[in-house]
Amino acid sequence: MNPSLDATKDTQIEKPLPFFSQMSQAGFGDKVFQKLTAFFAFLILFLACMTAFTLWHASADSIHKMGWKFLTTSDWDPVQGVFGAIPYVYGTLMSSLLALLIAAPFGIGISLFLTELAPQKLREPVAFLVETLAAIPSVVYGLWGIFLLAPFMREHIDPLLIKYIGGPFFKGPSTGLSLFTAGVILSIMILPTITAISREVFESVPNSYRESAKALGATNWETIQLAVMKPSKVGLLGAIMLALGRALGETMAVTMVIGNRPEVSANLLGASHSMASVIANEFSEAVGDIHVSALAEIGLLLMVITLLLNIAAHLLVWFTTSKFQR
Amino acid sequence: MSDETAVKDKKVRAAVEPTIAKSETRKIEVRHEEPSTEKKTTKVKVDDACAFFGTKQALFSVNMEIAEKEVTAIIGPSGCGKSTLIRCFNRMHETVPTAKFTGDILLDQKSIFAPTMDPVVVRRRIGMVFQKPTPFPTLSIYENVIVGLTLNGVRDKKVLDEKVEWSLRKAALWDEVKDNLQKPGAALSGGQQQRLCIARALAVELEVLLMDEPCSALDPISTSKVEELIHELRQNYTIIIVTHNMQQAARVSQKTAFMLNGKLVEYDATEKVFTNPSNKLTEDYITGRFG
Ligand SMILES: Nc1ncnc2c1ncn2[C@@H]1O[C@H](COP(=O)(O)OP(=O)(O)OP(=O)(O)O)[C@@H](O)[C@H]1O
Ligand SMILES: [Mg+2]
Repeated sequence: MNPSLDATKDTQIEKPLPFFSQMSQAGFGDKVFQKLTAFFAFLILFLACMTAFTLWHASADSIHKMGWKFLTTSDWDPVQGVFGAIPYVYGTLMSSLLALLIAAPFGIGISLFLTELAPQKLREPVAFLVETLAAIPSVVYGLWGIFLLAPFMREHIDPLLIKYIGGPFFKGPSTGLSLFTAGVILSIMILPTITAISREVFESVPNSYRESAKALGATNWETIQLAVMKPSKVGLLGAIMLALGRALGETMAVTMVIGNRPEVSANLLGASHSMASVIANEFSEAVGDIHVSALAEIGLLLMVITLLLNIAAHLLVWFTTSKFQR
Repeated sequence: MSDETAVKDKKVRAAVEPTIAKSETRKIEVRHEEPSTEKKTTKVKVDDACAFFGTKQALFSVNMEIAEKEVTAIIGPSGCGKSTLIRCFNRMHETVPTAKFTGDILLDQKSIFAPTMDPVVVRRRIGMVFQKPTPFPTLSIYENVIVGLTLNGVRDKKVLDEKVEWSLRKAALWDEVKDNLQKPGAALSGGQQQRLCIARALAVELEVLLMDEPCSALDPISTSKVEELIHELRQNYTIIIVTHNMQQAARVSQKTAFMLNGKLVEYDATEKVFTNPSNKLTEDYITGRFG
């Protein structure tokens, strides 16, 4: 046998102690690190709970006075002291939904193009451009919306929608400040989120799937469907949920183009309002404590809705993947 | 092949396996075949094939004729262009962005690069099995087998059911999975996954099967199953297999091609290549002097 091997064996048998004491030192560092990270993780949870608690505390008056009516009625009259949140909830959900309907296909399409089809030279620059959209402050989007998008919608897009689709959803006359315009501007704002995340999801798909699809005689489009889109479903859902979170909470840009009228109407070209907007608009000039309290309750409601939607998304992921985890 | 020779084959295989690495002069046993009387028709003809990645040339005017319903093994050291060559056969080479190809490849006397030949059609006739088993992760075993058919637009449930059973039987996997067809393909063992990939390739109307080191990720038992499968499939298909394992090449193939640095050095009957190679380089390689 090799003598040097024997030597190391001997030292190990003779002096096991230094080895273990080193271990315990490392163990000490590990413990500190573990405690520290646990502390920070806990801190975040604590902050979230505190926020919820503060909102709940601040909205105590309103909860006490309005009870469930807050959630089931749609009159919002601070002077009379009646507060029904439905129009705001409706405006927020509808504008976010519209934004997703527009941005998800576009964003996923862009990232498919970037990862699967575009020439190598084009990929990075285009991705960079799209992702820079995320860095533009939302108030700038709002200004752009007022000066450019809203007039453009009023003069060019909305008349077409009224003429060719019409029905209860697209009824004139349109002012350009509408639920639909808000949806469009939101969709531009969440586009970078969807694009960036879905691009990462597609890039993480192993090349071997694409190769085996192609080798089976799949066309480019079939390869994308079979080898790229199908394995990416869960990741794409994540991208959409993150974007939805951003759309639900977006305030400035929406306020500037949505028309700020608390109305529940199927007409997407009518003015609407949103939860975040009403808080921003009315908080500084609230009439009386109960009004402030009602605005806090809107905030609480927004938080709860976001949370519920996230839980729903997780359940959806769980249901769709559990088929393959048995 | 008669039952008797099949039994003999198994014995030979069993005898060869454990003694590979040890012996000094690696003696490779070749299954002796009666020289076939009828002249085989050429299935694939490679004519002056050169392949490039960017400016790097990976294949240097390769010429070979591959007979129908034979197993051809391609051997050679790593990086010599084996994968590149067989990826030219089903036009997978051109899916690499920088790749170029000159020369011609004929399938049944017709160029696969002809303007009227769609690469998609070529790949349906010339299937491929990769080194790493790649069942589609979100599809069940059943769906994995018929995926090529559904791409072709086959929707008839009865046809599909039959095809699944037929392909899985051909791939010697039916008995192991017949009760779990709805399970995900990725839940099978590596060897089963590889046979699933073979079944998937067989399910389309296949003529030529390319296999790029199909056993290098598999254990010995799965390997011998795949090798037996290759014997079976030879009845109906033309098979081209890349392998690093010379015993395997000797066991499964009738023809062997030895490649070195992008060139085809020797291409002859397997028995001849392994017992009496005409090129010194081939001899050096199969006796383990390099590579
Ligand atoms: N995608 C690629 N881009 C650039 N060069 C490549 C690419 N694929 C292969 N090559 C080069 O082509 C040559 C042949 O590679 P190939 O993969 O055909 O070798 P191989 O014989 O299959 O090797 P191995 O036994 O390791 O699989 C190598 O020198 C390799 O560097
Ligand atoms: Mg290779």
